[in-house]
Amino acid sequence: MLFNKSGEKIILLGNEAIVRGALESGVNFVSTYPGTPASEIGNIFYKIAKDAGVYFEFSVNEKVALEAGIGASFSGLKTLVAMKNFGLNVCLDALIPFVYTGSKGATVIIVADDPSCHSSAQSEENSRFIAEAAHIPVLEPADPQECKDFVKLGYEISEKFKIPVIIRTTTRVAHQKAPVILGEIKSLPKPEAEFVKNKNQFVTLPPRVLEMKKELVEKIDKIKVFSEKSNLNKIIVSRKLNISGGVPPAIGNNKSKIGILASSIPYLYVMEALKELNLSLPVLKLGFFYPLPEKKINNFIKPLKKVLIVEELEPYLEKEVKRLAKESNCKLEVMGKELLPEIGELKPEYVTSAIAKITGKKYKLAISNLKSPVAKRLPQLCPGCPYWLVISAIKKAVDVNKVIFGGEIGCYMLFGNSPVDLQDYLSCMGSSVGIAHGIKKATGQKIISFVGDSSFFHAGIPALINTVFNKSNPLIVILNNQTTAMTGHQPHPVSAEAGTGIKIENVVKACGVKYVRTIDQSNQEEFSNTVKEFLEKDEVSVIIATLPCKFVTKK
Amino acid sequence: MAKNLEQFNMVIVGTGGQGLITLLQIISEAALAEGYDIRTSELHGLSQRGGSVEVHIRFGKKIYSPLVMRGGADLVLGLEMQEILNGIYFASLKTKFLINQFIIPISLKKPLSENEILNQLKKNSKNITIIPADKICQEKLQNSVVSGIYLISFATFKNLIPLKPESILKALKKIIPEKFLELNLKAFNLAKI
Repeated sequence: MLFNKSGEKIILLGNEAIVRGALESGVNFVSTYPGTPASEIGNIFYKIAKDAGVYFEFSVNEKVALEAGIGASFSGLKTLVAMKNFGLNVCLDALIPFVYTGSKGATVIIVADDPSCHSSAQSEENSRFIAEAAHIPVLEPADPQECKDFVKLGYEISEKFKIPVIIRTTTRVAHQKAPVILGEIKSLPKPEAEFVKNKNQFVTLPPRVLEMKKELVEKIDKIKVFSEKSNLNKIIVSRKLNISGGVPPAIGNNKSKIGILASSIPYLYVMEALKELNLSLPVLKLGFFYPLPEKKINNFIKPLKKVLIVEELEPYLEKEVKRLAKESNCKLEVMGKELLPEIGELKPEYVTSAIAKITGKKYKLAISNLKSPVAKRLPQLCPGCPYWLVISAIKKAVDVNKVIFGGEIGCYMLFGNSPVDLQDYLSCMGSSVGIAHGIKKATGQKIISFVGDSSFFHAGIPALINTVFNKSNPLIVILNNQTTAMTGHQPHPVSAEAGTGIKIENVVKACGVKYVRTIDQSNQEEFSNTVKEFLEKDEVSVIIATLPCKFVTKK
Repeated sequence: MAKNLEQFNMVIVGTGGQGLITLLQIISEAALAEGYDIRTSELHGLSQRGGSVEVHIRFGKKIYSPLVMRGGADLVLGLEMQEILNGIYFASLKTKFLINQFIIPISLKKPLSENEILNQLKKNSKNITIIPADKICQEKLQNSVVSGIYLISFATFKNLIPLKPESILKALKKIIPEKFLELNLKAFNLAKI
């Protein structure tokens, strides 16, 4: 499907369109760590990389994925790195200096947010914060066509200004399907990759680092000029419907005193709302989140009395527009979060109500009459999941009220749901071990901390070494189901298809842990007895549960 | 008729693992083949693990939002009876409901009876069709996995979805992997009667 011809119109998922955009740009090097809603990008490259002549890897975590990408970019390759929002946090340490050094091979970084936390525990993070913090250009597509086109444009910007570019999506963009008109996948000759020594660009050692910052700030000023001219930021005037039905929106100006500013998926809700309300209002659609086209925004708001900012989560754009309006139109009424929620994703009906309110248009939803609340079905471990056997062995071994259970990210975070209820704290990847150490040091209470195989490699190893180094004694249960199951069964360092020969037990021993046992959890008695025995140890202990995910054995 | 269609809004509700995304793909491909603009929304990942899932399918002349507006569904298709109540959010009195007569228990909760569910629904719609699709497919094809395909085929034959049955048939052939195609085509043909 991803090798369809130029000019064809096919239905693509936002994430598929991102892959297509990277291929049309001639991407050479792709790295990722899986995370919903970005996972399909890696899954597709995993399948097609060989045929597409692209290097692809599932890295051990997002920081390593980005670092691999930085190395490829420094060597002149066109690079793509993909992750979900929390991955951005993991790789932040590597990202900020990369913006200072700049890219050599053009580099696009995909970051996928998940408003409403459809597939995310830990927080409802808005990745937009990174733009100002790192001085990194951020583009926000609204639909699959834009996903493809913005990736291509991202590469152009990166090429032109020698800076990595972030494409920020959200669940409703990444997991939206729509027709996409394809461009050509040019069979470019593969660039000769070579790391050419250039201390001036690649070494951030002071005092050079401050010069680099100055150069970066100047670069952003130039990109701002580019952003002002770019048709990614454009004014669209919706037209009223005529009798026979909808008319496509026209681009241009009109004399309305009320305007709307939106980007990403909220833009689509705005257009839907205007159609629903049969209103004609000017809409400034922003494709750039950073740097913002301030002049364009000023020109847009100057003639207005009211402007509605339609954005999800925190009011970044609203604050910017309020700041700009002080200079260009101090009487302007800037509205946003007073009419739209800051928590949870937007919905077309919320946006329609907000627009109806500011325009004084009557709008009544044809809503349903539902008295009794509907039971929301929570996700559960699959029937036949090997983790059920870990749960039963532990419940047989201990009084669950007298032991603290540490959870983190993976299928086993579902231990937090009833009837399992083996989770007393839940935070980020690898954190169950680090937090267990802190609780142990603070209180000495008994703790069993769960960590998945992929999570252990992702961020659990430093925390495990810390328990040895700083001498605490939690019991850590490593759930080795041999795959990154929750995000769709991607391989990791000890999964069969990786063929590395790494054994978790050897890694644990090498960290200095004395009490380690690898157990097939179908041997319930041995598992339970080991839990009892290890909970009494005065040093850290580790049990590795070895049964694979049912979907691995099915492969 | 179909050519002048301004827009058609459909929500499918069910539980993770019931194949909602495949149904979405088939309907979208059929709509594309008939020349419509399309936008859909689906969820992956955590929600797949047996949780409540809804997917949105919209097609027509020009579609913006991938989400159906509250009260804006023309059709709510429920692959499971209790989940249909989650679809009421998208319903107005004009909305049609097509429901699989099939209940998957929710852990630690007493399942709602068919009557309780129907009483709720009847307050919200005058057009409710209940089909024991799992039972029919199990009896006639010895496999209930294609009940969703049976239901969307049924919906197309009964014009609950304004697409031609041939378009669904073509989309099936495009989307369904070769080794499962025969079974799926049987489900399609079974719905014709």
